[in-house]
Amino acid sequence: MKHLEELEDKSVYILREAYKNFDNLCMLWSIGKDSTVLLWLMRKAFFGHAPIPLVHIDTSYKIKEMIEYRDRLARDWDLTLVVGQNKEALEAGMAPERGRMECCTALKTRGLQQVLDEKRYNGVIVGVRSDEEGTRAKERYFSPRDKNNDWDFRDQPPELWDQFKTRFEPGTHVRIHPLLDWTEINIWEYIKKEDIPVIPLYFDRGEGLRYRSLGCAPCTTPIRSTAKTVDEIITELRSTKVAERSGRAQDADRGMEKLRKDGYM
Amino acid sequence: METAKEHFQIVFVGHVDHGKSTLLGRLYADTDSLPVGHLDKVRDICARQGKVFEYAFLFDAFLEEQEQGITIDTARTFFSWGERQYIIIDAPGHKEFLKNMISGAARAEAAVLIIDAGEGIQEQSKRHGYLLSLLGIRQVVVVVNKMDLVGYSEEAFRAIEKEYRAFLAQLRLEPQYFIPASARNGDNVAATSTAMPWYRGHTLLESLAHFVKLPARTDLPLRIPVQDIYKFDPRRIIAGRVEAGTFSVGDTLVFSPSNKTAVVKSIEAFNVPNVIHSVPAGRSAGFTLDEQIFVERGEVASHKDAAPEVSDRFRANIFWMGKNPVLTGGRYLLRIATTEVEMEVEAILGIIDASTLGRGESPQRIEKNDVAEVIIRTRRPIALDRYADIDTTGRFVIIEGYDIQGGGIVMEVFKDEQEPFRAEARRRDFEWRRGEIHLDERVQRNGHYPGIVLFTGEKGSGKARLARHLERRLFNGGKQVYLLDGKNLQYGLGTDLSGSDKEEMVRRFGEVAQILLRAGQIVVSTTNTFALADHQIIRALVHPHTVITVHMSFVEGALPDNTDLHFLESDDLKAAAKTIMELMEEKNILL
Ligand SMILES: Nc1nc2c(ncn2[C@@H]2O[C@H](COP(=O)(O)OP(=O)(O)OP(=O)(O)O)[C@@H](O)[C@H]2O)c(=O)[nH]1
Ligand SMILES: [Mg+2]
Repeated sequence: MKHLEELEDKSVYILREAYKNFDNLCMLWSIGKDSTVLLWLMRKAFFGHAPIPLVHIDTSYKIKEMIEYRDRLARDWDLTLVVGQNKEALEAGMAPERGRMECCTALKTRGLQQVLDEKRYNGVIVGVRSDEEGTRAKERYFSPRDKNNDWDFRDQPPELWDQFKTRFEPGTHVRIHPLLDWTEINIWEYIKKEDIPVIPLYFDRGEGLRYRSLGCAPCTTPIRSTAKTVDEIITELRSTKVAERSGRAQDADRGMEKLRKDGYM
Repeated sequence: METAKEHFQIVFVGHVDHGKSTLLGRLYADTDSLPVGHLDKVRDICARQGKVFEYAFLFDAFLEEQEQGITIDTARTFFSWGERQYIIIDAPGHKEFLKNMISGAARAEAAVLIIDAGEGIQEQSKRHGYLLSLLGIRQVVVVVNKMDLVGYSEEAFRAIEKEYRAFLAQLRLEPQYFIPASARNGDNVAATSTAMPWYRGHTLLESLAHFVKLPARTDLPLRIPVQDIYKFDPRRIIAGRVEAGTFSVGDTLVFSPSNKTAVVKSIEAFNVPNVIHSVPAGRSAGFTLDEQIFVERGEVASHKDAAPEVSDRFRANIFWMGKNPVLTGGRYLLRIATTEVEMEVEAILGIIDASTLGRGESPQRIEKNDVAEVIIRTRRPIALDRYADIDTTGRFVIIEGYDIQGGGIVMEVFKDEQEPFRAEARRRDFEWRRGEIHLDERVQRNGHYPGIVLFTGEKGSGKARLARHLERRLFNGGKQVYLLDGKNLQYGLGTDLSGSDKEEMVRRFGEVAQILLRAGQIVVSTTNTFALADHQIIRALVHPHTVITVHMSFVEGALPDNTDLHFLESDDLKAAAKTIMELMEEKNILL
């Protein structure tokens, strides 16, 4: 499992660089497997501690179990949890039926923006992976966002030899991506190796269905699968050629590129 | 798909439009490595835009890239084959995006360099080749692509091979293979081409397996640049990645440039089954020491017998990616491993023309995308290595404004005039036998750190008066302070020396001062015996203690280098002493 060690070392290095160089840092935690592995890596990097607050953007459409799981880990692992929600949009009736892009923009992108504005975070750690979709493959480990939260992918700063962008103009922030080199299988291999408690929604519980990727309940569909254990998931993934996010609605028709340019994770 | 045994990073480089993205797309398609529906999705996009299908669109994900048919930024792609999980980085070839190419290539262990058979060797084919050699990438496969455009002619292929081989030879790069291919038609990508029976070598896919994993840097001397120090719980953990070598519990570590030493007490880690006794190169580690010595981010831990160089001046090869040109005297921030320090470009020795590999004479400035040979001076001495000795602590980046704008490798480390004294201080510090009381304890009792205030200036400018006043103020404030006049050594410690042995006198002064500093004292020194150059020697000897230099004169005028404060003979004593004490607070001598 040497390659998992390599991945872990790099991510830990990035997390420690972030912690040292940003005075107001947060980590996004979607409760999904990737950001939970990221949270675990934070505990690796800081020897069992979680000194960086975790921001969870609650769209109110998350599956109920996700919230319970979130609160349990927060207690068990002594996490500082910051929950953000775009209440105005919800009160105004925002829902997936109004259009998926609109809904994602209002509840996730805007919801996140509100927390960032309020807490003035200047470093935001996000668990995106390069293999998820095309624009994420082009991310830097430390990726600057301007005052409007926009990503200028046409002109990204150089990044080499693990020297990262840790200086930035006031009013802007930096997205930090420690998981860019990990694939979906790597995530599960690591979950197995470290015995990380992931949310049971990822496993088939007798109905022949499991979630491969977790988002909001209305916009994420489970896949047909009988994988009941981490091992079975790894075996399943090794033989599948279906893209991970095929159960996610946002990715159709350049949706992701637009969302991400405007500050989506 | 098998369980990957190892990771391997490869970068695809070459001139714009020579077919890098197409080749990569083809490699994925022909090995059935794409998610289902992906290829159809791209065909669909092309059809809707009324374009012929392009494999390049598989990785050129931005709309703008597809519209312009060009890669803007590197894509990180994942390819599993055999026992390896490859990360293949598709770099852009357009000159304007060279910084992106470098960002991608700097991560790679090997490179595939693509040349268009029709266009032949172009400017970026050479520049990329040159940059690969500078980035330390020694494993290269060259693909001569678009062979379909030259009728799959062996002659055309051999001509390019010959010319490019000769070019790379000047960089001491020897490609493992030259492969004639057509990315568009899939010749020699994953399957052997039937159109080129004259070629009996490997396909691109086969050649990938022949790249070898570079040996971990475990056999090199130990280098752990300190990344941070954590006190989340009773453990005081020093965190850092082992960049070279191996360390174990019980090892004596030396921290450079401070020369502090301590023994590794424990190696710390979260959620590991067994106690860890040693850590090899490559791993992000954490450890505790047997003593609470004060070390900071940026220092480099090593073993005693193979410590890094310490210097403030070195020769380097750099590449520049910034829009503003670099001029002689230009000031930037330098980052090498975890050290960050202000730097100045002392001299530009030459610009290397990437296409001829010739050196431009007496250059005035380094422009964007230039590679140059320079002399760099840092504001304070730092720990570093020659790139040829240890790459990870011998390469650096240059920061202008908010961004990294340049990168470089250390070719030669210069020794300055203080080097013999620095070496003496190191030897002495390594061998120093400490008493029972640690400096920490003295600091705690005294309520301040040790430090030295050196007064300089013309005779009669009031140095002695101010120094005495300062000593009195500090003493009355309960500080441990001693005024050490260089003259006082003359009839005791220096009685065997004649007037011409001034340097030796300064050395002895420095050694006495460092003993007082070890004892926790604040040392105030004033004398006319010492010149400014002498102060540099004293600095080297009392390193890493804080030194404050105060200059006194009769009238306003240019200040000597390294002066922290300046007063006039006519200035108010009390106010001057107060200013000095404020600086002592700022510099963490007074708390
Ligand atoms: N005839 C022919 N055309 C090719 C071949 N390979 C690539 N092309 C074409 O060359 C053009 C450029 O290909 P790309 O793959 O985008 O080139 P690139 O090297 O990635 O370009 P940049 O990333 O922008 O530097 C496209 O129109 C391809 O279809 C080939 O083997 N034969
Ligand atoms: Mg391309």
